[in-house]
Amino acid sequence: MQLFKNTDFDFLGKKWPFIIASLVLTVAGLASIAMKGGLKYGIDFKGGAQMTVKFATPPPIDKIRSALSQKIKGDISVQNFQGSNEVIIGTELEEERQLNINRQAMADVLTTTFGQPGSGKLDFNNASKDELAARLRDPLAKAGVPMNEQQLQKLVEDLQNFRNTPPRSGLITDFNQASSVPGVTPAILNVIRQECYLSPFNIRNVEMVGPRVGAELRNKAVLATLYALAGMLVYIAFRFEWIYGLGAVIACFHDTIITIGLFSLFNKEISMTVIAALLTLVGYSMNDTIVIFDRIRENLKFMRRESLETVMNKAVNQTLSRTIMTSGLTFLTVIALFIWGGPVLHGFSFALVCGIIVGTYSSVFVASPIVLVWHNYADRHKKRAPSPPPAAAATSRKKAPGSPPAASPTKAVK
Amino acid sequence: MGKNLKARAIVIVVVVVACIIGIVGFPKSGADLQRNWQNNIRLGLDLKGGSHLVLQVQVQDAVKAEADQVMERLKEDLKKQNVSWASIDRNDPQRVEDADSVEITIKGIPATQTSAFRTLINEKYTDWVLTAQNSTDYSLRMKPSELVALKRDTVEREIQTISNRINQLGLTEPSVQQYGRAGDQYQILVQLPGVDDPARVKELIGTTAVLEIDEVKEGPFASREAAMSQHGGILPLNTKLAKMLPRGGSEGDQWYLLAKSPVITGRDMRNARPGQDEFRKWETNFTLSQDGGKRFGTFTEKNVGNRLAVVLDNSIVSVATIQSRIEDSGRITGLGSEEESVDLSRYLRSGSLPAGINYLEERSVGPSLGADSIHEGFLAGIFGLLAVVIVMLVYYKRAGINAVLALLLNTVVLLAAISYFHAVLTLPGIAGIILTIGMAVDSNVLIFERIREELRAGKAVVAAVDAGFGKAWWTIVDTHVTTMVSCAFLFLFGEGPVRGFAVTLVIGLAANVFTAVFVSRTIFIWELQGRRQMQELSI
Repeated sequence: MQLFKNTDFDFLGKKWPFIIASLVLTVAGLASIAMKGGLKYGIDFKGGAQMTVKFATPPPIDKIRSALSQKIKGDISVQNFQGSNEVIIGTELEEERQLNINRQAMADVLTTTFGQPGSGKLDFNNASKDELAARLRDPLAKAGVPMNEQQLQKLVEDLQNFRNTPPRSGLITDFNQASSVPGVTPAILNVIRQECYLSPFNIRNVEMVGPRVGAELRNKAVLATLYALAGMLVYIAFRFEWIYGLGAVIACFHDTIITIGLFSLFNKEISMTVIAALLTLVGYSMNDTIVIFDRIRENLKFMRRESLETVMNKAVNQTLSRTIMTSGLTFLTVIALFIWGGPVLHGFSFALVCGIIVGTYSSVFVASPIVLVWHNYADRHKKRAPSPPPAAAATSRKKAPGSPPAASPTKAVK
Repeated sequence: MGKNLKARAIVIVVVVVACIIGIVGFPKSGADLQRNWQNNIRLGLDLKGGSHLVLQVQVQDAVKAEADQVMERLKEDLKKQNVSWASIDRNDPQRVEDADSVEITIKGIPATQTSAFRTLINEKYTDWVLTAQNSTDYSLRMKPSELVALKRDTVEREIQTISNRINQLGLTEPSVQQYGRAGDQYQILVQLPGVDDPARVKELIGTTAVLEIDEVKEGPFASREAAMSQHGGILPLNTKLAKMLPRGGSEGDQWYLLAKSPVITGRDMRNARPGQDEFRKWETNFTLSQDGGKRFGTFTEKNVGNRLAVVLDNSIVSVATIQSRIEDSGRITGLGSEEESVDLSRYLRSGSLPAGINYLEERSVGPSLGADSIHEGFLAGIFGLLAVVIVMLVYYKRAGINAVLALLLNTVVLLAAISYFHAVLTLPGIAGIILTIGMAVDSNVLIFERIREELRAGKAVVAAVDAGFGKAWWTIVDTHVTTMVSCAFLFLFGEGPVRGFAVTLVIGLAANVFTAVFVSRTIFIWELQGRRQMQELSI
C-alpha cells in the first residue's frame, strides 16, 4: 500500500501565497494576544489560588460565586469544566501571606454551603486517611467490631482507595456503594453511617502560587526555550549552513506564535503543562524540518546542475510520504489524548493538536522557502556585482537552469 | 552474516533482560510483580497525589541574628578594654534581597581610643569589615565571603531542621531539598506524597519557627499603644514589643516590652520533652548545649527576680520569673494543654529554624485526581498506540511488525531507564514520552520509505535494505542530535517540569536510536538471512 508514488508537486513555486498566509496567521495570533491585553496565564505563571472541585450533580456556579465573594476579597472566577461536574475556582493572591488564608476560606465556604457542618459528623468525601481512622476507631470498638490498629488502617485505606478510583473519582453518593469494599461488613457500614455524612463535592486539587514565583517561573521557561532554540540553530548551522538553521528556528517561532495565538483566541490558559506541550511541538517541528533539509543536502550532491528550487521541490516530494505518515500517526496519538486524556491534559493536548498541524505545514512552507529566498537573493546580489544580471532573473523560477546557486550549499555537505 | 546476526541477537536479548529486570526485578508472584513495578516506576506528585510546597528562607534573619550576637560581644569587649561608646545599633532590613545590607553602626568612640578600638575589631572580629564614617562613628559589615557562607549554611540547617520535623510525622518518602539556584534564591522544596491537605505539615514546619528566650523589660500592657505611651510614644533603644499568644482566657491581649537581643536562641537547645509539674499542669523541660548553658547561667545569676519570655516567631508562648541561677536545663511552664506541650518540645528538640520562612508555592493534588489522570492518560495512550500499530501493520505489512516491536522495546527501555535512574514520572515527562514515540515512529517511517524508494529504483531486496538504512542513518542522527542539544539547554536553564521533560526525552531518544536502527535492522537481517536472491520484500 502506498499513498504517494513519485509525486511532483511544485511546492516551492507557490511559496509566496503560503508565506503571506503564514505572515497573516502570525500577525493575527499576535493581534489577538495584543487585543486581549496579553496572554491568559494559568496560576503557574501569574500567581493565585486555584481549587478544583468535583460535584456529584451539575454545580450551581452562581451560588458558589456569591458564597465565596462574601468571604474572599478580590477577583473570583468560577469556571465549569467543559460540561462535566467539575468546577475550577480561582482567586487572586496579592502576596504570599494570603496562601493559607485563601485555601482555608475556600474550603470553609464550600463546607458551609454544601456540607453539613452542624451535624457533628465527618465529611467522608473530603476526609483524609488520618481523620477517618481517628473518627472510626472508638465507635467501631463500641459497636463491638473487633479490630486492631493494623486492620483499622487497612480498612480506612481500602475505603479511601475505593472512593478515589474511577468511576467514583473521589465522590461516593451513597454509603451502600462502599459495601463492595472487601472487609466492609454491615456492622462497619452502620458505624460509618453514624459517624460520617456524604457531602456532594470533593476537593480534588489545590494550587497556590505566590505572584513573585509565578513571574520567575515564566521568565525561566521562556529563557530556557530561547537558549534551546539558539543551541539548535548553532547545531544546524554547523551541519548545514547558517541560513538553514535560521530557517528552522524561524519556522519554530512561527509554530509557537500561531499556537499561542490560538490559545488566546479560544481563551485558554497557558500553564506549565502547556509549556511542556510547546516544547514538544518545537521538537517535533524541528525534526520535520531537518528531515527535509537532510534530503535537500543529499540531493544537492548529485543534482549540481539543477536550480536550488528544483532540488528543494524534489526533496519535499521525496519525503512527502514520510511527512504525511509521521504527522498522521503522531496526530492520531495526540488526538486520542485530546479526546480521552481528561481535563488535566486538555490544554496540553490542545497545544499538540494545533502544533502538529502547524509544525508539519511550517517545515514545508516556511523553513524551506526562507532558505530558498535567501539563496535567490544572495545569488542575484553576487551576480550583480561582477556583471549586470539579465533582466529576466527577476524571479528565481526564470533563472537559467544551468546556473548553480551562487553561495553554493554543496560546501556544507559533509 | 550469520555470526553478525548472532552477536546482534545477543546484544538485544541482554538489553531486553536488563530492562525487564530493571522494571520488575525478580518477582516470585503476581503481587510481587505489582509491588516491584510500583517501587521502580515512581510517579510524580501530579500523578499519584500529594503536596508540594516551596518555601523561601528568610536569610536576612540569620544575618541579623549574627549581627545581634556580635553587638553583644562587642559591648562586653569594649567594656573590658575600657573603651566608651555612645550607641551600638543595627539596621533592620525585611526582605531576602536586602540580606547583604545588614550593618552595625557604632557611634561615639572617643578619638583618643580609636586605635584601641580598631585593634580590637581587627583582631577579634575578623569576619567583619570596619568602615569609618567620621572621626567617632563607624559601621561594621560582614565580609562578602562570610555572608555567602552564612546564607548557605542557614539554608542547609533549615533543610535539616524541616526534614527532622517532617520525619517525626512518619510519612512515606517525604523529600526536602534545595530548590532553584543555590546562591541567590534560598528556596526549599518539600514534597509529601499522599498528603492532600498539607495544613498539619505546615503547622509543624511552622511559620512560627524562630525560637528565642528574651529578657522581659516591662509588661504586660493591654495594647501596643499602651506600651508605647509609657515611653512617650517611642520604643526605648534595643527593645521590642511582642504579644502573648491568646490562651482562650478572658484576660485579653497582653503585650510585653522585651530586650531586643535574645539571651539564648533555638540553636542552643539540645533536648526537650513534655512533662507535668506537681500540680499536673503541662510544661516542657529543656536542656541546653554547653555554650548556651554557660551564657544562660551567667545571665540568670545576674537577673534573679527578673522575668524571661519564651518567644516563638515573635509571639510570646510563656513568661516566667527567674527563681535562681539556671545552668543547662530548665522548664517552660504555663502551657495550655498536653498537645501544646508536645508540640513545643518537638520544636525545641528539632532545633528552631535559624531563620523564618515564607511560603511561595503550595500545590496539592488529591489522590482521586491523580488516579483519574493516570486512568485517562493510560486509556488515551492505549488508544493512540493501538491506532499507530494498526496503521503501521496495514501500511507496511510485515515490515510494520519491525516497527511495532521497535516501538514496544523503546517503551520498555524508557521505563527501565526511569527505574535505574530513580527518576520520577510526571505529566511533563509523559509529554516527553509522546514526543519520543512520535520520533520513534518517524525513524521507522524514514527507513521504510527509503527502502521502498530504493526498491522502486530497481535495487535488489538486500541492497535496498542496506541502502535504506544507510541513507536514513544521517537524517536520524541529525534529528536526534538537534533534539538532544535542545534538551541539554532545557535541562541547564529550565526548572522542575521543564527539566523532567528534557530528561525523559533524552532517554527516549537514546533508546530510539537503538531500537529503530539496531533492532529493526537485526530483524531485517534475520528475515533476509540466506535469501540473497529474494525478489520481494513485504514492506
